[in-house]
Amino acid sequence: MSDPTLHLAVALDGLGWHPAAWRLSCAEPTAPLHAHWWSGLAAEAERGTLDLLTIEDSLALQSSRPDGPDGRTDQLRGRLDAVQIAARIAPSTRHIGLVPTTSVTHTEPFHLSTAVATLDHVSGGRAGWRPRVSGTSAEARHFGRRDIPGFDPHRLDEPATVRLVDELFAEATDAVEVVRWLWDSWQDDAVIRDVATGRFIDRDRLHYIDFTGRWFSVKGPSIVPRPPQGQPPVAVLAHAATAYAFAAGQADIVFVTPADAGQAAEIVTEVRAAEVAAGRTGPPLRILADLGVVLDETPTLARRRRDRLDDLDDTEHASDAAIFTGTPALLADLVADWHRAGVDGFRLRPAVLPDDLTTIVRALVPALRDRGLFRHRYPGGTLRDLLGLPEPVNRYAAPSPA
Amino acid sequence: MPKQIILAAHFPGVNNTTVWSDPASGSQIDFASFVHLARTAERGKFDFLFLAEGLRLREQRGQIHDLDVVGRPDTLTVLAALAGVTTHLGLAGTLNTTFREPYELARQLASLDHLSGGRAAWNVVTSSDAFTGENFRRGGYLDRSLRYQRAAEFVQTARELWESWAPDAVVADRAAGRYLDPADAGAFAHHGDQFDIAGHFTVPRSPQVHPVILQAGDSPEGREFAASSADAIFSRHGTLEDGQQFYRDVKSRLARYGREPDHLKIIPGVTFVLGDTAAEAQERAHHIRRQQVSPQTAILLLEQVWNRDLSGYDPDGPLPAEDPRPDDDSIIKGRTRLTDDPIVTARRWRALAEAKKLGIRDLIIEVTGRQSFIGTPQHVAESMDHFVQTDAADGFILVPHLTPGGLDEFVDRVVPLLQDRGVFRTEYTGTTLREHLGLPAARPLPVVAA
Repeated sequence: MSDPTLHLAVALDGLGWHPAAWRLSCAEPTAPLHAHWWSGLAAEAERGTLDLLTIEDSLALQSSRPDGPDGRTDQLRGRLDAVQIAARIAPSTRHIGLVPTTSVTHTEPFHLSTAVATLDHVSGGRAGWRPRVSGTSAEARHFGRRDIPGFDPHRLDEPATVRLVDELFAEATDAVEVVRWLWDSWQDDAVIRDVATGRFIDRDRLHYIDFTGRWFSVKGPSIVPRPPQGQPPVAVLAHAATAYAFAAGQADIVFVTPADAGQAAEIVTEVRAAEVAAGRTGPPLRILADLGVVLDETPTLARRRRDRLDDLDDTEHASDAAIFTGTPALLADLVADWHRAGVDGFRLRPAVLPDDLTTIVRALVPALRDRGLFRHRYPGGTLRDLLGLPEPVNRYAAPSPA
Repeated sequence: MPKQIILAAHFPGVNNTTVWSDPASGSQIDFASFVHLARTAERGKFDFLFLAEGLRLREQRGQIHDLDVVGRPDTLTVLAALAGVTTHLGLAGTLNTTFREPYELARQLASLDHLSGGRAAWNVVTSSDAFTGENFRRGGYLDRSLRYQRAAEFVQTARELWESWAPDAVVADRAAGRYLDPADAGAFAHHGDQFDIAGHFTVPRSPQVHPVILQAGDSPEGREFAASSADAIFSRHGTLEDGQQFYRDVKSRLARYGREPDHLKIIPGVTFVLGDTAAEAQERAHHIRRQQVSPQTAILLLEQVWNRDLSGYDPDGPLPAEDPRPDDDSIIKGRTRLTDDPIVTARRWRALAEAKKLGIRDLIIEVTGRQSFIGTPQHVAESMDHFVQTDAADGFILVPHLTPGGLDEFVDRVVPLLQDRGVFRTEYTGTTLREHLGLPAARPLPVVAA
């Protein structure tokens, strides 16, 4: 059997991605406030030899509106900090990548860099990071440091909105840039513990990054020695050209949202073009398709589950990503189909947790293994290893003599 | 029942107290080191583990300081991971208010409190330091006089956020389809000089509601801030008399904030050296002092008083004949200076060196950082108990000199003696850090000092 290269991730959020998930989940409605909820999900995902799990986060309360709070009382609200969750479950997991989401709009690149580097240290090289932008005026008011005017979610092509999005992504680009330079600001061999000279470090192997930009300046070096992976993988969720460009320039993984195999192929072409435009020299982006999943033993049962969820929420659930409703075997067909169309893998969004994750692990994963598409066991190593990303060269390391 | 002692463990830091040249010294970064110290502390039924914070590497003579341990992991991330390998131990982190915003830090701490089942604590520090600010958006400059104003308003704002979800806001009634009651759960508005923010907090009320607040400043403003806003003070008063005076002063400030003397715990940071006999302990103490003060470190510590480059001096030779230059730009950055009146200190040191015939290194060993408790386990247990029973402290933050095994001996040999004396718990009786410390459940929002 050839070495399977399909990558599978699970996106964790609350009690699942369907707004009515909390009504049907077998778990307590407040379970996401407890550590054992997250360690249980992580253990399940690890049983399925998944590459990584992501943890959603935002600097505002969940909302059914993209531009601010919605005042609803019938859906799950309240959320813990994603980096804290990822760190909390690191000691109880051994193989799976831990990829928290953080905003880069109102936060400090220095803190983000040291937090993800530390997650990499405490997890033995399994940290990833999904930076996102915060575009609502509600989030800006939580910080009170600048005004963001807000936007009409139905008119994203308004010039002011286009300008706002461009600015947010330009700032995000600087933020990821700074985070990455800080990760490199300690060379791997900086700690020398040389008793003869009394020196703990060789200060020539530590580097000021001296970054100056429009939104912030950061001197460096980092306070945290270089993380075990050197550069923990950076993942970006992207729906359109601006974000594809951001991913092509800054990320290792891009989560995309095609509606079908044809669109998947088109997006792959678009992402590859963005890589060329960005002058990308490193390994190509790992392109993972985001897909909501409602799974059951038969197509009818799955349809019924989804209808029940939609009924409870009084509306047919739609999202930024396509939603698959059916059996694990049919989902395996889709996975194979889109994989042939060029995506490297999937980030599955379970409609209800833990139910749909359990089905992914107990039924979808075996079906993919049977088709020779997915690993049977973890090979051991870092998240970068799992994703097939080569060891990154420290940009401060002296070039090896020719 | 005699007064019960509070015990906390300080993860060894990045000054010369931490000995890295010893063969038993392990990594200050590997998570295994943190696990070892945390589990040792929990085995000893300690109240909490304490982490310091660094936001910029120290510099001396314009270069990154390389003689002490350099680098440490991010405080909050390590604490969250430690919550996964401990069950009762409190988890205290030092977190600077100058380079953070209340919304973000309050949600991180509330998250830690949830994920640890009510064991989070926050050591509130502020900085007016533009040097550190070079790593941050705000650039960092904060007028010295505004430091405590920002800290107090930061804590006040965090408390408002922590209370923004009513205790019964999450009803989660599946049958009725109602998750929240009322609709504005988490709503807050704070309009102050330092922070003008409003909206909705994301984290429902955490087990302690308010994570435990620690404070470490010793100035009159610092003491007042602690009296108004803190649950515990990490103090630095090493002698019995100093400790008692500080204790009386701080506890007397509580009444004006409507607080009981028992609601603010005073816990000095202390060091210890054990031996089978008093003489052996003294010998070990001296050996550790020599490890802490390498020849290079001796010169560097001397420079911190003289405030000029002394790299040409022989560590075993005499002290400089010239006086310090305290008015020049400080040669040390990222850290407070060693002493307040360098000229007086220098004259005293010179006199001592001449009287005892000490070279620079031996002088530095003599005058800096002597360990707080030196002796047999019996003697150390008695001394600590005496400190607490005579109101020089409510307990101690122990600072081991070795990572990660520096606390092992204390837990194995001193803790049982404290337990025998009936002044330290033999089992945890509560689950939250507030319960361990005997603090009241989250107290109402404080009145900020004018």
